[in-house]
Amino acid sequence: MSQDFRLDSVGLINRDIKLSFKFNGKKYFGYEGDTLASALLANGVHLVGRSFKYHRPRGFFGAGVDEPYAIVQLYRNNETEPNIKATEQELFEGLEARSVNCWPSVNFDIGAINNFLKIFLPAGFYYKTFMWPKSFWYRIYEPFIRKAAGLGVASIKHDKERYEHKYEYCDLLIAGSGPSGLSSAYAAAKNGAKVILAEDKPRFGGSLLTDDVNIGNQSGKDWAEGIIAELKTMPNVVVKNRSQIFGYYDHNMLVMSEKVSDHLPKTKKYHPNKRLWYIRAKEVLISSGSIERPIVFGNNDTPGVMLSSAAKEYLKVYGVLVGKNPLIFTNNDSGYETAIEFQKHGVKPVILDSRKNPESEIIDEAKSLGINIKNSYVVVAAQGYKKVKSADIASISDDKKQLGKIESITCDCICVSGFWTPSIHLASQSGNKTKFKEEIDAFVPGTSKQQETTLGAANGVFSLEETLKTSFQKGRELSKKITDNDKEVSIPNVVEKKSSKHDKFWCVPLPAGKNYKRFLDFQNDVAVSDIEIALREGYRSIEHVKRYTTLGMATDQGKTSNLNGLQLVSEIENKVVPAVGHTTFRPPYTPISIGAIVGREVGKHSKPTRKSPMHDWHEKNNAVFVDAGVWLRPRYYKRGNENLFEGSKREAKNVRTNVGVCDVTTLGKIDIKGPDAAEFLNRVYTNAWLKLPVGKARYGVMLREDGIVMDDGTTTRISENHYHMTTTTAQAANVLSHLEYYLQIVWPELNVNVVSTTEQWAGAAIAGPKSRDVLQKLFPNLDVSNEGLPFMGYMEGDLFGVKARIFRISFSGELAYEVNVQSDNGDFMWQKIMEVGEEFKIQPYGTEALSTLRIEMGHVAGSELDGRTIPYDNALEGLVSKKKDFIGKRSLQRVAFTADNRQRVVGVVPLDKKTSIPEGSHLVKDANAPLPNPKLGHISASCWSVEYDNPFSLAILKDGKNMIGEKLFVMSPLKNKVIPVEIVSSHYVDPKGERVRS
Amino acid sequence: MLYIKCPHCGMRPQIEFSYGGDASVKRPELNKEISDQEWDDFVYNRKSLRGKHLELWQHISGCRQWIKVERDTATHEIFKTFKADEEVA
Repeated sequence: MSQDFRLDSVGLINRDIKLSFKFNGKKYFGYEGDTLASALLANGVHLVGRSFKYHRPRGFFGAGVDEPYAIVQLYRNNETEPNIKATEQELFEGLEARSVNCWPSVNFDIGAINNFLKIFLPAGFYYKTFMWPKSFWYRIYEPFIRKAAGLGVASIKHDKERYEHKYEYCDLLIAGSGPSGLSSAYAAAKNGAKVILAEDKPRFGGSLLTDDVNIGNQSGKDWAEGIIAELKTMPNVVVKNRSQIFGYYDHNMLVMSEKVSDHLPKTKKYHPNKRLWYIRAKEVLISSGSIERPIVFGNNDTPGVMLSSAAKEYLKVYGVLVGKNPLIFTNNDSGYETAIEFQKHGVKPVILDSRKNPESEIIDEAKSLGINIKNSYVVVAAQGYKKVKSADIASISDDKKQLGKIESITCDCICVSGFWTPSIHLASQSGNKTKFKEEIDAFVPGTSKQQETTLGAANGVFSLEETLKTSFQKGRELSKKITDNDKEVSIPNVVEKKSSKHDKFWCVPLPAGKNYKRFLDFQNDVAVSDIEIALREGYRSIEHVKRYTTLGMATDQGKTSNLNGLQLVSEIENKVVPAVGHTTFRPPYTPISIGAIVGREVGKHSKPTRKSPMHDWHEKNNAVFVDAGVWLRPRYYKRGNENLFEGSKREAKNVRTNVGVCDVTTLGKIDIKGPDAAEFLNRVYTNAWLKLPVGKARYGVMLREDGIVMDDGTTTRISENHYHMTTTTAQAANVLSHLEYYLQIVWPELNVNVVSTTEQWAGAAIAGPKSRDVLQKLFPNLDVSNEGLPFMGYMEGDLFGVKARIFRISFSGELAYEVNVQSDNGDFMWQKIMEVGEEFKIQPYGTEALSTLRIEMGHVAGSELDGRTIPYDNALEGLVSKKKDFIGKRSLQRVAFTADNRQRVVGVVPLDKKTSIPEGSHLVKDANAPLPNPKLGHISASCWSVEYDNPFSLAILKDGKNMIGEKLFVMSPLKNKVIPVEIVSSHYVDPKGERVRS
Repeated sequence: MLYIKCPHCGMRPQIEFSYGGDASVKRPELNKEISDQEWDDFVYNRKSLRGKHLELWQHISGCRQWIKVERDTATHEIFKTFKADEEVA
């Protein structure tokens, strides 16, 4: 298909490069520099989608970020992305896009029946209808709404694109590269300030690309190109196109999304798809310009009705005529510029101006070109279904209430200009309380909240001369504060033909006997009548009206609809617009890809992966790994076809009968030094620490101030003022912060230092009846007998030339030792242990066997110390000193904590000695009791006891102390299991603890 | 994201810090007999102030020092930051 609506040699596109693309399966051509929208319009395609609620045909309304209609599903490099604005998507070779919200096709859409049912779909329809009957929600309403709703489909495939985050600091961040952004950037850059200038479009220049103005004896466009070229050569300036600043956060931090690859058929190697910039700026200049406002009239959503500025942009930037028989409907001078452009390119427009006797240079020019201008005339309604075919027009009385006789005029597009709305989103996000500016009928930023200044059209200043003057001045002034330089910049002279006055007129009254839909929010299909209903039903706050009618709630966030909605509410309520107020602006300004927000923190990159120094050995020996916090730990070492259950059972059994070795490097380790270290530990732990001799370890429990167990572990006195504390893997970081808090804030008088040494030491636990034999082989010169190194003893030794710390501590309940060496020597240590242990049938064991061993011994761990239990609950009350005070002690006096029937850890065995008990199951008295069945406790940890060869679990059970011997039921609705069980002691194996002392 | 002046390290982004609650809360002295009410006030009861609030932050990904930050809870304005042992005027 030829590009029938493309003009020769007009615009900024590159005609040397022709691009082919597909829309709804049909092939078209465009040029490099086109957007999907401009290329489609060049081909005469106006029908791009269907509206959200009524499925009315939708065309193009704008030419950029404000576009409410032209949302497509994009296909690129075998990926698909929804919610793409055709007006922003740059064309590339092979681009494919499809319409959304229509079925089976955009031309014939079944959902359009809603359009004929629209009297049944007024504001609040969903709230009113789908409330009853309740049972219908899941079965009928929700599936129906889900199918009907949505603008496109998210891909369910893994996103192969890469997204980056970047942190940046600058003196001045300037949002928008129009006249105001360029001049303030230029002045600030000349003063040596570090400037970042961001433009959301591919081309810099903003309104200068399309407005008929002269700056310093050149066209606005040429002047802009000159400034940008100079800024690009300056080392202190970063200029970024395709970069949208979408959020203004606290302490002058703004976030910008840079589209690095969206305009290319495929992301270049080593390039991200998008880059998110977190920018901390000393000063922010908001020069985001303004968005043209529609005038409301009948059927104003028909394809072919669009903003007059968009029509001008399609013509001047892309060389595309949006129609060959245009009707311009305006209440200010902007429409004339569009009309003149049409006229200059051989198309005869008709201007309807709601004003009676407007005067300005540009109007004179239009008249002299012979353009047909009808004053005090309005469009009453657009006619045509899938495209404008004609317009009903009429004269209007001075008070804008009475329409004259309706006439029909043939046209193929209606370009509307209802004046300009400043883009105050960023200023408002910064916390700036906006104020209403009467003469422009719009809100502008008020007093600055953060270090931000709004300039030019975004500040409601529509005179180019004034914009340039204030922007040069502000750029110079703000940069001077920062750099202390003060270079004078001459302000160029400006020629501008249009006046910035407008007619306060925004909505055409309905002619008698007609009931045209007059849309306010084009994306969400909110019409004048919907707002009227909401107000009639008692909604007053603009925030409520918004939510009830969905006005301004679509993905365009009401960029073109908000002010007209406010005008309507103020008119009906008989209040002034500022009294109605506007809804809150929140980031993001425009939809941002989730991928960009997530950045590189996906999959394995979402958190660091930590490996012990022995990791390679584990890997070589068929370890199956498990995530333990940020660590990777061997879960079991697979032999042959073993599964987890078989492998871990073998490993645990070998510990109980021979000897095993487990990598315990991941345990948190904290070095504690200082003359007051003993006193400090005495306050941190619940048990007594003052009398622990040098060379001895002690098990300790620490509480939070609320009495809940925080962590447990052993701490060893290495020398007089030096202790080595261990924490659980999970709590290591929290415990360190906890200790630092008490040392720095609560008891600064204590002379103690703490530092994490988790990464400095590699640890191996050697456990089992033959562990002493292994240890003796490792340290032939040491006396490691029960007398030489008793339970909870500590010594230092030489492990084949490597310095080692030896602790006689046990988590498995067997005779056991823990050997620590410097991390660098971890692998060496491990290999030596395996080597000397071979004759004792040593086997490595993983976390699964480790759990089994501790569970059947009744040693509590993270699943019992779950942030809800006190020492008594864990049968640790023997470690709670009555004599001294410690962190959290006072809380243990709480009534609930001292209750007779307090929960307590117990053992649980299934009566059939066969059925495994799922962790997290509840314990109940009567399996058949009516729901909700009173819960007595829960299963905290389960294992297969290798000692007795049957399932065994630990549970936290109400009145656990008196429940031993009771028969209860374990219930797991999740696993659909009901298991009769007996409650036994939590110390299932070796209840007297003889083995560890043997 | 807040921008916090660590009195030891200088201006740093919020992600380097972790929040530590009301800095005006004083832990009761050890071994002192106190009422349930006093203890509850220390452990649980906090004023949810609107406005100027003195709070603790730890520069967890920096110098690991606990610091005091005077911040407006409504506007996030930070008036001043102090070292842990510094007197708050």
